[in-house]
Amino acid sequence: MDSQENTDNNWLFEITPKNKFFSLNLKEVWQYRDLLLLFVKRDVVTVYKQTVLGPLWYLIQPLFTSITFTIIFNNLAGISTGTVPPFLFNLVGITVWNYFTACLTGTSNTFGANAGIFGKVYFPRLIVPISIVISNLIKFGIQFLIFIAFYIYYYAQGAAISLNAAAALFPLLIVLMGVLGLGMGMFISSLVTKYRDFTYLISFGVQLLMYLSAVMYPMALIKEKIPSYGWLVQYNPLAYVIETARYMLLNVGQISVFGLLYTFTVTVIVFLVGVLIFNKTEKSFIDTV
Amino acid sequence: MNKDIILKAENISKQYRLGQVGTGTLTHDLNRWWHQVRGKENPYLKIGDTNDRSTKGESDYVWALQDINFEVERGEVLGIIGKNGAGKSTLLKILSKVTAPTTGSIKSRGRIASLLEVGTGFNPELTGRENIFLNGAILGMTKKEITAKLDEIIEFSGCERYIDTPVKRYSSGMTVRLAFAVAAFLEPEILVIDEVLAVGDAEFQKKAIGKMQDISREGGRTVLFVSHNMAAVKSLCTRGVVLENGKVVYSGSIDSSINYYSEIFSQTFINPPKHINYNAKIAILDFCVKNNNDIIKPNTTILLGQKIKIELKILIRDYLDDLSIAIDIINKNGEFMSHLTNEDDGFYMYDLKPNIQKNITIVTSNLLFVPGLYSMNIWFGLSHNESLYEIKNFFSFEIEQSDYSKRTKSLPAHSKVYLPTEWTSV
Repeated sequence: MDSQENTDNNWLFEITPKNKFFSLNLKEVWQYRDLLLLFVKRDVVTVYKQTVLGPLWYLIQPLFTSITFTIIFNNLAGISTGTVPPFLFNLVGITVWNYFTACLTGTSNTFGANAGIFGKVYFPRLIVPISIVISNLIKFGIQFLIFIAFYIYYYAQGAAISLNAAAALFPLLIVLMGVLGLGMGMFISSLVTKYRDFTYLISFGVQLLMYLSAVMYPMALIKEKIPSYGWLVQYNPLAYVIETARYMLLNVGQISVFGLLYTFTVTVIVFLVGVLIFNKTEKSFIDTV
Repeated sequence: MNKDIILKAENISKQYRLGQVGTGTLTHDLNRWWHQVRGKENPYLKIGDTNDRSTKGESDYVWALQDINFEVERGEVLGIIGKNGAGKSTLLKILSKVTAPTTGSIKSRGRIASLLEVGTGFNPELTGRENIFLNGAILGMTKKEITAKLDEIIEFSGCERYIDTPVKRYSSGMTVRLAFAVAAFLEPEILVIDEVLAVGDAEFQKKAIGKMQDISREGGRTVLFVSHNMAAVKSLCTRGVVLENGKVVYSGSIDSSINYYSEIFSQTFINPPKHINYNAKIAILDFCVKNNNDIIKPNTTILLGQKIKIELKILIRDYLDDLSIAIDIINKNGEFMSHLTNEDDGFYMYDLKPNIQKNITIVTSNLLFVPGLYSMNIWFGLSHNESLYEIKNFFSFEIEQSDYSKRTKSLPAHSKVYLPTEWTSV
């Protein structure tokens, strides 16, 4: 009677030429949650293996970038950061920006860097970009610690800094940033499988984008100094995130409700488009990569 | 009619694009998209030849697989056999969801796990233990499942002493054993295995085959097995499917499948030589094979222990530096018996001027392959790298037992090479 149960429609799954138009396949991702955690662990643990300073490298990088920025942009170019110490100002911008770029560049190389594994074994491909965003979140957490340390230091020195009540929403802001990086990264990773041009675009595009993202200057400044190009920054959702991060943590600049709504909308759209294209690519990328 | 079908492949086809992916890809993509928008069929799906690598096809697209249909019953061990390029690996890739078929579908009633190449996803910086978890998770096990089997896995791998050492310090053999151990303890309903047995030393291979027999017999697991190792296929599988040029040409019991496969091979032995000229830098004026200074025709018999002499007359058309020649000797199962090159004898052909004729003579030592059919391919190239000219099935011959071995019975057919020995006693 066994064959009675196994009628033709009683299949566990089917392998077909195309994926459904839009499927996050979260159920499958959940089944592979252990793999997700192991990937995160691998990414965090192995990066600085066989280095003397180990995880200290996580701290050195933003620290020295902030020092350099402070010397160049504040001391040399004379960008004013108001009452806030320029070093702290830059440190917030850089830490948040670093998280975004790490997510973007990490995920944008998903297919390229994992072609070996992807070519041999199946697991939900989405695991890889998600694991990159999470492991970078851990790195961000470590880097955020030095911000806290310097915050306390400057506070003890009597600098005019204070947290804004909105700082409670800071984690949400970081999630927003991560999702935006993930969405853009997935989008680009899918294009890279066929058109390598995007690899080059991203490596220098990210650098240029930093200058348009209000990392080392307040958003108000660009409107004031070069109003004709101000729109470039104003239409950049990342600029709002960084400006808002500084508003929350240092209480400088202004929060723009419109800007945040705009950023949120862009993030949602980019993420959805990213997932869509990623889904379309993952089935047969191995033939073109 | 009481069949318990666990896996069913229906009209599976897979198309690949040949050549380089470059600017042309974009035009094709746009054209494809434009057809799709208008609700028309993909224009590039229509064209395409069968996948025969040695002939040049009409279009840039080829069908690596065409209309593959088969069913697998629960608990069956199915061997998929075929020549290189017959589409076996493509089929396994589709089965293991690494790539999607171009058309058709595969329906399954069980989880499929694949063992396409062991050690996938091993991270050299992590220790053996950490890699067991990582690799297991990649193959679809949960942390709980792996923890439960950890001791067994470590014991099977035989790497206890090194288990907390980073894998980059492992020998390649150890890595493979560890990787196989992880995979062997997978518990999917359907296991897909490709050529893993080609690795490791003889002892480990034996262990691996034994483990797979256990998996399929006692575990009642369904296994799809692809290998060139006919002995392994024969001992493991219950049923076989023979692929040729992307199509299923035979399916039946494992013994009859192996016979069919060998026949495909012996057929190619009767075929005339197939010339492939890559760039017209050389021309083959004449060639012949001699035995005791008598020219021998293809498909004739050579006695065990005789020598052959290959004489080539080639015309150099273009300036060549470091002309290299390689000869492959293949048995009727398609296994490479020997690979001979000019380098073996320290013989080099440097600085060859255009429009000169070269006569090259190659004398082999005593041929000691066991009686059976053999075929030779010859390849001309530059510095053993760039291909110039190739002749497939350049010469085929049958080796017959001679008094080179004084035994009265014939040499066993499953052995490959006869080694003359001297026996004494005091």
